[in-house]
Amino acid sequence: MDDAIAVRDLVVDRGGRRVLDSISCRVPRGAVTGLLGPSGSGKTTFMRAVVGVQLVSGGTVTVLGQPAGTPALRHRVGYLTQAPSVYADLTVRENARYFAALYGRGRVEADRAISDVGLAEAAGQLVGTLSGGQRSRASLACALVGEPELVILDEPTVGQDPVLRADLWARFHAMAAAGTTLLVSSHVMDEAARCDRLLLIRQGRLIADDSPAAIRAAAGVDDLDEAFLRLIRAGEAASTSTDEPAARETA
Amino acid sequence: MNPRILAATTGRILRQLRHDRRTIALLVVVPAVLLTLVYFMYADQPTPPGQPTTFDRIALVMLGIFPFVIMFLVTSIAMLRERTSGTLERLLTTPLAKLDLLFGYGIAFGLAAAVQAAVAAAVAYWIFDLDTAGSIGLVLGIAVLDAVLGVALGLLCSAFARTEFQAVQFLPVVVVPQLLLCGLFVARDQMAGWLQALSDAFPLSYAIEALQEVGAHAEPTGRMWRDVAVVLGAVVLALVLAAATLRRRSG
Repeated sequence: MDDAIAVRDLVVDRGGRRVLDSISCRVPRGAVTGLLGPSGSGKTTFMRAVVGVQLVSGGTVTVLGQPAGTPALRHRVGYLTQAPSVYADLTVRENARYFAALYGRGRVEADRAISDVGLAEAAGQLVGTLSGGQRSRASLACALVGEPELVILDEPTVGQDPVLRADLWARFHAMAAAGTTLLVSSHVMDEAARCDRLLLIRQGRLIADDSPAAIRAAAGVDDLDEAFLRLIRAGEAASTSTDEPAARETA
Repeated sequence: MNPRILAATTGRILRQLRHDRRTIALLVVVPAVLLTLVYFMYADQPTPPGQPTTFDRIALVMLGIFPFVIMFLVTSIAMLRERTSGTLERLLTTPLAKLDLLFGYGIAFGLAAAVQAAVAAAVAYWIFDLDTAGSIGLVLGIAVLDAVLGVALGLLCSAFARTEFQAVQFLPVVVVPQLLLCGLFVARDQMAGWLQALSDAFPLSYAIEALQEVGAHAEPTGRMWRDVAVVLGAVVLALVLAAATLRRRSG
């Protein structure tokens, strides 16, 4: 019961293609877990499966002790989609207040969520007039406003200014310290070092599931990018030597 | 359903509308302008003694048709925008129930239609001397019900459209046949049997008949109440079907 998310043998097929191939992993509570992988590796599909909006072909996903997608979980899980999904014809504040109301929260929480993502000065602005980075922070505010126990964030820091990115990561760690579980995806390896735990997926398969320090130690290099490269090479060498033609055709 | 979430959703939709001043202006002004056109089209037409004037006959029906057609279109596009912007998927990961969203649209656009119908009726009654045996209050009530019927059908149809182009095409498919067969052009009992059967199957026919009953009788008739009940039933059926087309999980 210490795990916020427990995934067993998760398989997802989409449009006749295997997008996730028997993934098993656990995400501990009260920590920031990074979901790393190149574009198209299956990160978003994995997150959708955790939120419970993805049709899955096999395996189980257990979230906070209940099957993913259980109605009671909708109060406890916050989800930030990759493309900002907020109302462009409402102001930042109106968006945050609406999502706050859905979770039974009020104006105070809405205003706090807006200032937490550094948008306090743009609160009265229509989302449609914001820059791309501001828009995705508006969307982030709406994911955090319900103060969920588990937060699933799909590439929350893309396109953000470096200072803001550092602020957001500090914010994520503060939330984790207060007991919130965060699963954060990124395709930027320099963000991997900021996570407590890492899940690396590539071509729908889980390549690594460990702390950044353990991954560095296992690969024998200090640079995480290099460490991942070695893990991938090692994995490929293993799969060619064990002769698994089925695994290769998804490439 | 949850009253707090329903109220927040209704408020959010009305707020979106409020930010769109041009749409509000079009909603309020266009029916009045069209009624003016109709008035002058029939200004010189002779009226047989003892019959309502052609303008009275047509204007009364128009008061029900405007809100129906306009709210059908507005709703189809609004719902499609929820789908394509990702906000629908996000909403379905929150505690919001599907019917909260659908009734939110029904109530918000029903209120907008009430304003629209009030302006159109004011123009028809006070500027162009529209004469109905029954009360203006009943005419307005039925006009709002017609708007809600348009909203419900729009919500349902938007499930079958992937793009705005497709959504707009549902106007000729769903709305125009109902207009043609509702009794405005040819009295329903003078149509061929199979056309009458079609007309009987269309909810708009009952909405129009209810208005004509108010036009012809000083007191509400049993037939009018039956028509109102049929339209209400069609609204509930369309909303339930629309809820069934909203899937929380997708591939």
